[in-house]
Amino acid sequence: MSTATTTGAREHARAQGGTVVECMPTVPAGDGLTWDETVPGGGYASKRLARGTTLRLTDLYGDACVSVLLFNADEPWERLNVADTVKVLWQAYVGEGHLLLSDQGRALATVTAGDRERSDTFCGTTTLKSNSLRYGDGSPHSATPAGRELFTLAAAKHGLTRRDLPPSISFFQGVRVGADGGFTWLGSAGPGAVVELRAEMPVTVLLVNVPHPLDPREEYTCSPVRITARPARPGEPRDARTPEGERALLNTADYLASRGLA
Amino acid sequence: MTIVQARAPWSAVIRKGQTLTIEDLEGNQAVDCLIYNAHDTAERYSAPDTIAAQGNIFLTTGSVLRSSEGNPLMTVVADEVGRHDTVGGACSRESNTLRYGQHTKHQHACVENFLIEGSRWGLGKRDLVSNINWYMNVPVDPDGSLGIVDGISAPGLTVTLRAEMDVLVLVSNCPQINNPCNGFDPTPVRMLVAEG
Repeated sequence: MSTATTTGAREHARAQGGTVVECMPTVPAGDGLTWDETVPGGGYASKRLARGTTLRLTDLYGDACVSVLLFNADEPWERLNVADTVKVLWQAYVGEGHLLLSDQGRALATVTAGDRERSDTFCGTTTLKSNSLRYGDGSPHSATPAGRELFTLAAAKHGLTRRDLPPSISFFQGVRVGADGGFTWLGSAGPGAVVELRAEMPVTVLLVNVPHPLDPREEYTCSPVRITARPARPGEPRDARTPEGERALLNTADYLASRGLA
Repeated sequence: MTIVQARAPWSAVIRKGQTLTIEDLEGNQAVDCLIYNAHDTAERYSAPDTIAAQGNIFLTTGSVLRSSEGNPLMTVVADEVGRHDTVGGACSRESNTLRYGQHTKHQHACVENFLIEGSRWGLGKRDLVSNINWYMNVPVDPDGSLGIVDGISAPGLTVTLRAEMDVLVLVSNCPQINNPCNGFDPTPVRMLVAEG
């Protein structure tokens, strides 16, 4: 098809519509879902989620590593605090039942499914500098994009900047801390692993899918992750498994009541 | 040389090559610390980049304190204690309500110190990230359990940092009275900035 004329160029462009590839969103999500998207290795995605939304991440081939940031959707200066998330709940390895806490003493989300051995609250994600040293480049247009660069882009879509990017938490790849503070790399649980997060207030979620900073493999190795989200019932303070978690959910309920959101 | 009173904040710009020595005057005092590129505060201390680069969660002599862009901000050049924490973050009024109960809401906290001292440099809440806790002892058990336990510091022990670029250092001399990070008794510390 010639693209030498506007007519030809338009036909050429429109002929591409309806193409289906593995890594793309389904819009609208349909089938009771509010989000349905497959994100490639080296990709990112973001969405504002209503309270109660359950976000399911599926590691399709066993080499995904999804780093997550959460913000109060309405007041983004309230955001994920990884230090509080591990300290307040007395547990560094995050899995089913763990709350993801904000810096305001509230629960942003609950982990409703996920393998505690295959998450990481310590190492965050990669930088332009680290990937440039490791793989030769870390810029988003390269074949080896860094997590922080992708977070910067995802944040910008919500009016946020680098100042708004605190340490993230990652899923599907695990590290174990020894008594001396050193790490053992656990890698992935394998294909089909699932992580679910339930939003306990309206949140903005930013996700990047890039190799873990301690991934020992020479090649930049990261495979697609499937994202699906659906409405669900938010958590109740009485469901909490610890007194600290109960107080976090009570603080969240107090905030939502004052905002007229619950 | 400056004495930072118990519970108080402190801040200074440390020029490239200068050193900052923090002395735990009475022992078992946690000193919460954030570091920024003095010329571009959007670049700031990154606990995960520091941890991942050194492959260990504890800070001690030789640890390079890295920024959110992966650049060296400061290096620990001397440490009389052995290890320091960068996992536990700072106490806040809000997190205290979760950890100890709503009755702690109006107690002073490290985040309050960071906010008031940071405000003098144009920094706000968006600029607070996971920090360093000099002298604080946070072990991680094999099952992932972690928590602040009794300190391993003693009166007069010091840690010394060398600035690898011009940096702004914010400190909160931790006012926490509900856990052993400072023996339930906040005490003063001393800051000494010296030419390298």
